[in-house]
Amino acid sequence: MNDLSTVGLQLIDLLAAVSLLLAFGLLIQRRLTALIDFYALQSLVLVIVTSLVGWLTGQRHLYLSAALTMVLKVLLIPILLYRLVRRLRLETSHDTLVKLPATLLLGLLLVIFAFDVARPIAQLSTAIASGTLGIALAGILVGFLMMISRSRAISQVIAFLAMENGVFLAATAVTHGMPMVVELGIAVDVLIGVLILGVFLFHLQDAADSLEAGGPASPTARLERSGPETPKPRKARTQTP
Amino acid sequence: MNALATLLIAPLVGALALAILGERPHARVLNIAASACAAGAALALALEVFDSEPILAAGETFHVDALSALMLLVTTFVTLTTAVHSADYLRIEVARGRFSVGQQRIYHALFQLIAFALCLALSANSLGIMWVAMEAATLATILVVSLDRSQAALAAAWKYFILCGVGILQALFGTVLLYMAAERVIGPDEGALLWTHLAAIRTRLDPQIITLAFALLFVGYGTKMGLVPLHGWLPDAHAEGPTPVTAVLSGLLLNVALYALLRCKVLADGALQTPVAGHLMIGFGLLGVVLAACLLGRQRDLRKLLAWSSIEHMGMLSIAFGLGGAAATFAGLLHLLGHALVKSGLYFSAAQAIQWAGTGQMAGIRGLMSARPVLAWSLLLGTLAILGLPPFSLFPSEFMTISIMIQKLPWAAALLIMALILAFASVLLRVRDMIFGNRVQAAVAASEPLRTAATAIPALLHLALALCLGLVMPVTLQRWLQQASAVIAG
Repeated sequence: MNDLSTVGLQLIDLLAAVSLLLAFGLLIQRRLTALIDFYALQSLVLVIVTSLVGWLTGQRHLYLSAALTMVLKVLLIPILLYRLVRRLRLETSHDTLVKLPATLLLGLLLVIFAFDVARPIAQLSTAIASGTLGIALAGILVGFLMMISRSRAISQVIAFLAMENGVFLAATAVTHGMPMVVELGIAVDVLIGVLILGVFLFHLQDAADSLEAGGPASPTARLERSGPETPKPRKARTQTP
Repeated sequence: MNALATLLIAPLVGALALAILGERPHARVLNIAASACAAGAALALALEVFDSEPILAAGETFHVDALSALMLLVTTFVTLTTAVHSADYLRIEVARGRFSVGQQRIYHALFQLIAFALCLALSANSLGIMWVAMEAATLATILVVSLDRSQAALAAAWKYFILCGVGILQALFGTVLLYMAAERVIGPDEGALLWTHLAAIRTRLDPQIITLAFALLFVGYGTKMGLVPLHGWLPDAHAEGPTPVTAVLSGLLLNVALYALLRCKVLADGALQTPVAGHLMIGFGLLGVVLAACLLGRQRDLRKLLAWSSIEHMGMLSIAFGLGGAAATFAGLLHLLGHALVKSGLYFSAAQAIQWAGTGQMAGIRGLMSARPVLAWSLLLGTLAILGLPPFSLFPSEFMTISIMIQKLPWAAALLIMALILAFASVLLRVRDMIFGNRVQAAVAASEPLRTAATAIPALLHLALALCLGLVMPVTLQRWLQQASAVIAG
């Protein structure tokens, strides 16, 4: 059992690192469909970590939490986002405000900062996977960077969801998961948030269509609109590393 | 116990019923009735809690002490008067074809849903549930803000969604860390997020974890409270959406975020044994008051002017609670009460003025005094009250805060007083033009034939209560406030 839990712990750290890697993938990826895939993958990693922690600690309710994450974040939300992207014809659109190398460097600095902040606290944790706290914090900060470096509403929401994944990774790693009723509540809130996003995006599109002739459009709506109008797949393709 | 159940069930049932019947004319009465039930229940609950032990109900799920009872009382009362006001507002808007059938239904259902979420946040024992309820209230207000689907409304709602979303995620992370700190002391059980357990062990929580946790919670709930520099969403969100909901947003939602922050501050103070949390609140509060004072004079939109005034008052409240101690906390609670009453009353008056002039731009609202004297008086008196003039209750609360501040932080007090004077001048100048200025155009005043005598009652009622609080505070209320401040200041 002891060997087994050592392996389990290493596996959790490895998976947390994969999750951070995916956060960086989200940071630099420009195609929206790929963003959604990365998000779904990151959620899948979260599912595996949660069930692994549940298995190692014998906390039954973590399995339930993992199942909830699976249904909601691996399946339901990505499907909703995919449908949105198709309906709004955004598959080939790109948006980044900051140059990629600069973004990556900033991301690296954030990771160092996160590890520095988390180290003294992680040592205090009684939970099994306390080393993961730094990684989770880094994931949250990288998600935050992604949010401010994107102009398109849907990318901002994916950044928001990625940050939320980071918070959940931290919750699973440093405590043994939040009380179930709280997790349920959070899940419902997140789902409603994504549904609101869907409603918004459609209306932003409508508003942009109907108001284009009159006064200047709002920044958000203009950005929603600019995607399908000016697709530059070739140029962006060559810039993607 | 029964009062608590009624308090939570009435708005929930109301929301469901109104989601089905929200477009009928009597839906407005139903909206008022549901709010009245909740207000009655809150009063009963308050009578039960004050001068006796806090209530724990449904296992340990709900917890109402003097502080939450006071907040519940204010929340449900303002919700009730807002429901009365909004019935009239909607009647006129519908008659003028500005509100469709579907919009009425959504509006009514969301109104009750917001009330429910706020009551849940105030009565929940678990800090996790409190977070969930806050987030639910935010999502519901976002939907109301974007109700008319105009470009500006959607942009404002989007800003609100993203900024508050990020903020509230920080608060969630803070809550996780709080749970971690508590788990180290009482072990991994469901009790580690319950306020009653946390408050009992707060001196044994690990200071290192709590420092980070409080910083995150401060950013999170501070965003929702409109603390500078995280206030970006607030003016825009207040300028869109139906005005009655703006009154709820400004008078109640900000307060509930402050309430959440205060609960966290009590834990942080206990764990850290140093006034770091208080200093943070004073610093950012002062920043808010100063920035708002500078920007108040540049506003063109009436509702944005009032929103910036809310930012100013939230800064003021943050300072009062940051100073700590029984007297400053008492002043803070009194200020909270006064601000909730006067600001929502002002929004009621503003809603009527905007309906009368057909525009929210202050340049378009002129000569109210000659056309609508009652409305003009309620707007004028409300403005004087919100600026902290005696005899309204914001005067004693601001006076107490400032005098305590002069003892503790004299230089900051000087800055605060200058900012308040600047704010006073710029707001009064704007409002004077609206009330006494010459009428620019022969405003058609489409709402004129539709208004009734009852329209002004909610705003005047709020003003009268603020006046009463400022002139002769009933002894009972004073004792209630003292008990509530004892929860925060220990």
